[in-house]
Amino acid sequence: MAKVRGAVVVDNEECKGCGLCVVACPHDVLGQNKQVNSRGYHFSFMKNPENCIGCSNCAIVCPDTCITVYRVKI
Amino acid sequence: MDVKDIIKPENLVYEKPGMLTANTMHYCPGCSHGVVHKLIAEIIEDLGIQEKTIGVAPVGCSVFAYNYIDIDWQEAAHGRAPALATGISRTNPDKIVFTYQGDGDLASIGTAEIMHACNRGENFAVIFINNGIYGMTGGQMAPTTLLGQVTATTPYGRDAERNGYPLKITELIAQLPGTSYVTRQSVHTPAAIRRCKKAITKAFEAAMDKKGTSFVEVVSTCNMNWKMTPVQANQWMEENMFPFYPPGDIKDGSKADPASFKQN
Ligand SMILES: Cc1ncc(C[n+]2csc(CCOP(=O)(O)OP(=O)(O)O)c2C)c(N)n1
Ligand code: SF4
Ligand code: SF4
Repeated sequence: MAKVRGAVVVDNEECKGCGLCVVACPHDVLGQNKQVNSRGYHFSFMKNPENCIGCSNCAIVCPDTCITVYRVKI
Repeated sequence: MDVKDIIKPENLVYEKPGMLTANTMHYCPGCSHGVVHKLIAEIIEDLGIQEKTIGVAPVGCSVFAYNYIDIDWQEAAHGRAPALATGISRTNPDKIVFTYQGDGDLASIGTAEIMHACNRGENFAVIFINNGIYGMTGGQMAPTTLLGQVTATTPYGRDAERNGYPLKITELIAQLPGTSYVTRQSVHTPAAIRRCKKAITKAFEAAMDKKGTSFVEVVSTCNMNWKMTPVQANQWMEENMFPFYPPGDIKDGSKADPASFKQN
């Protein structure tokens, strides 16, 4: 069976740390950074990158559209 | 496989729609307005109607919608977007016109304008963001506020005796012979967002096909004024707003045919 791997890129400066992407991810890929961006937001990041399947759920729910998603068949 | 081997242009599956400008949205973190803006931008891109679409922005938090979606816009006085859209769509029948309005704008100060535009069957689409509150001005009660809901002007919760009942304006609008497609949606999960995108697409198509007024309510959150986190606000909306404002289509057709319109 074809397996897929995905990866996301978060625009750290545009992210407002709302956390909606974190709960939208079905594979617990995302978390919120302890660090903040220049506007004081805990921007999200891939805490478990190996779990990502590139489903785009996180990007779809992001109100600030700061997630770009990539996917490959392996 | 290394993440950097996945992040390559040929593997791209989702990116910011080109119809959204580079401006950072002024909305609070987690606000539903941003998600709906993104959907409208994607739809305009998908339908290839950038040059033909004119939006009418409201007064409310989304007053600056024109800064974010790269099309032509007009800014209406509070509640008057349907009146402006009437003029624009009648004088530019080749354009696709839509209004974007909050619940304070549409269901309070602008009730007369939306009712009569929908009753006349004006050929534009209405995107109605129902977050149950006046967001921009600091969270006062709106007509759509639920009974018992605490707001800045109902600190003990909305009381029917004092404040009246919550207004299901979308159901009223569906009764009007001028409306074609009337639906209630939400944008709190990926599945709901995909459904909402289909609904707004259909509403735009109805406006393009001159079927009458199409109307999409989006039950939304204003986590800032509800005094919750964005995630809690979505849960609160599901538990408290959906029972009274259930998502789904209310009307799906065309405006009434004058020839068969029954007056007796
Ligand atoms: C004629 C007029 N009356 C009152 C106001 C003040 N005002 C600004 S926004 C607003 C309510 C907006 O609420 P809503 O339409 O629900 O939009 P939201 O901010 O929640 O997105 C009010 C009453 C105004 N700007 N103009
Ligand atoms: S949904 Fe968007 S703005 Fe919110 S935390 Fe995730 S990336 Fe940041
Ligand atoms: S006040 Fe409410 S409606 Fe306005 S931007 Fe903030 S969350 Fe959105």
